[in-house]
Amino acid sequence: MTDRGQVRIDAVRAALDQVTDPELDESVVELGFVIAIDITDDDGVNVDFRLPTYWCAANFSYLMAADMRDAVLSLPWVTRASIRLDEHMFIAEINDGIAQGKDFAEAFPTEASDDLASIRLHFGLKSFERRQEALLRHMLSLGHDPVAILDLDVSGLERLAFDDEGIVLRMRYLVRRPLTHGLPSAFVTRAGEPIMPETLHVYLRHIRRVGLNAEFNGALCRGLLAARYGTTSAALPPEPGLADFMRQGQAPRPHGTDIRRR
Amino acid sequence: MYKAKDGSEIFIIDGHVHLWDASPENIRNIHGKQFIDCFYGYHASLSPAEQLWAPEKFAKYGAEQMVRDLFIDGPDDMAIFQPTYLKDFYKNGFNTLEQNAILKTRYPDRFILNGAFDPRDGEGGLDALDAMAEVHKIKGVKLYTAEWKGDSRGYKLSEPAAYKYLERCEKLGIKNIHVHKGPTIIPLDRDAFDVADIDHCATDFPNLNFIVEHCGLPRLDDFCWIAVQEANVYGGLAVVLPFIHSRPGYFAKVISELLFWLGEDRILFGSDYGIWTPQWLVEKFMAFELPDEVMKETGKELTLTAKKKILGENAARLYGVDIAAQKTKLSRMEAKVA
Repeated sequence: MTDRGQVRIDAVRAALDQVTDPELDESVVELGFVIAIDITDDDGVNVDFRLPTYWCAANFSYLMAADMRDAVLSLPWVTRASIRLDEHMFIAEINDGIAQGKDFAEAFPTEASDDLASIRLHFGLKSFERRQEALLRHMLSLGHDPVAILDLDVSGLERLAFDDEGIVLRMRYLVRRPLTHGLPSAFVTRAGEPIMPETLHVYLRHIRRVGLNAEFNGALCRGLLAARYGTTSAALPPEPGLADFMRQGQAPRPHGTDIRRR
Repeated sequence: MYKAKDGSEIFIIDGHVHLWDASPENIRNIHGKQFIDCFYGYHASLSPAEQLWAPEKFAKYGAEQMVRDLFIDGPDDMAIFQPTYLKDFYKNGFNTLEQNAILKTRYPDRFILNGAFDPRDGEGGLDALDAMAEVHKIKGVKLYTAEWKGDSRGYKLSEPAAYKYLERCEKLGIKNIHVHKGPTIIPLDRDAFDVADIDHCATDFPNLNFIVEHCGLPRLDDFCWIAVQEANVYGGLAVVLPFIHSRPGYFAKVISELLFWLGEDRILFGSDYGIWTPQWLVEKFMAFELPDEVMKETGKELTLTAKKKILGENAARLYGVDIAAQKTKLSRMEAKVA
């Protein structure tokens, strides 16, 4: 492979790394869903991906495929993007729909009654809570005062001096912050309402279940993917802590992520 | 019967078992093959290595093996059959009430037989429910709200058609409504995992119990939130409990959340046999202790009392099983066999 080829594969992988499974709030690359990236002589990009089961929800599958296509097409040199899902109940509808640039309702004319925007927002807000909890707990563990934290506006949070882990958690949180409107405060509830210092621990207790749910599902999906494609459960990585997938450098590399140029 | 370290006996009701036939002869189409492959994925990814079955055995293990795994080698005293029809995928169905009833006849004190309904079956379905109640004296049903039927891609339990069935259940004394809200069969755009419909039913039918199987995975967070508000909502541990082996850290956190939001009176053990066998699940659950930092987070403990409730006492209460009387019955039966 030429250096130029490798650079471009890396660029595609980095773009795909920004695409998340909406339910798990993790990168499709980290999850091991992307199995092959291929760049053609005329700078077209083919991406093959797979999912943990034949039954994985069509709407989520479609959403991920559409996001992958858009992420690849955002690279300036790409002339076209082809995203192909492997071994799925709706393989034809999804692959053809994505290839023809259809939205979900067009791809499933007799079945779908909804577009994907509401799903995107619903899970975006869960992701907002999960990332917010991780950042707040990190700041508290560094000794920041709750009153001072909750007084911050967004630019104040951006200016704050942080350790490496805090920088990653803040970046991830701020990507989701625009999903909630309302107050200019850096930290608000999903409804855009203020969080009070005296009830902060109750609030954190309350949203904790969102992150836990995502982690638990992630573990389930990794296990199913490994079982389906032949790696045994003995090969599972060591058990991570709850926020590990959001911390730079600590995310366990999934097995079976064999991204290659063909 | 499980004997605890202190010598006390713990009565086990396995809230979720199946006797299925996914042998090649019974598979109707590719979906039937993929369905059992997916079940096998759950089995393979969460079982201890020494508990792994070959795919052929997993497809059809048979009644003898089941009785041995549950009651002879395994610790179950009783088990609740949850039917799964899937007649579009399997010629004779995957796991039907009629098949389960054969085993119930042979072991009447061991099995509790649950039925099923589908509100999209209209008046005919109500008649079938009447017949099930009359013939099999069922006290519970298992529902799959995500199941396809004709052009329909699932239903909500809060729809008027479903309410007719729930009213009929109340009248027939079918008090336990097990709802599969979990890893599911063909969800499309209708959100099959969404547990909001249970919230409505639980309020409108305070005399019925709603057992959300798999604790609403993958929406455990939403499930906890509705369960805290509705006293007649329960969580079934099938699929959640096997994490105790490969992912004990996650299991600790999840069971701790369930103890926090639902409390120890509203959690039910279920092996989901044949995906997993109760022997290792109960063994590990009894030996399990919550780490200190997890206990600190929720302020909840997993005591021996809580374990006894989860493993049998809660289900006994829902199904009207008198544990002391049942123990006597079962020991007499064993004496007769011997």
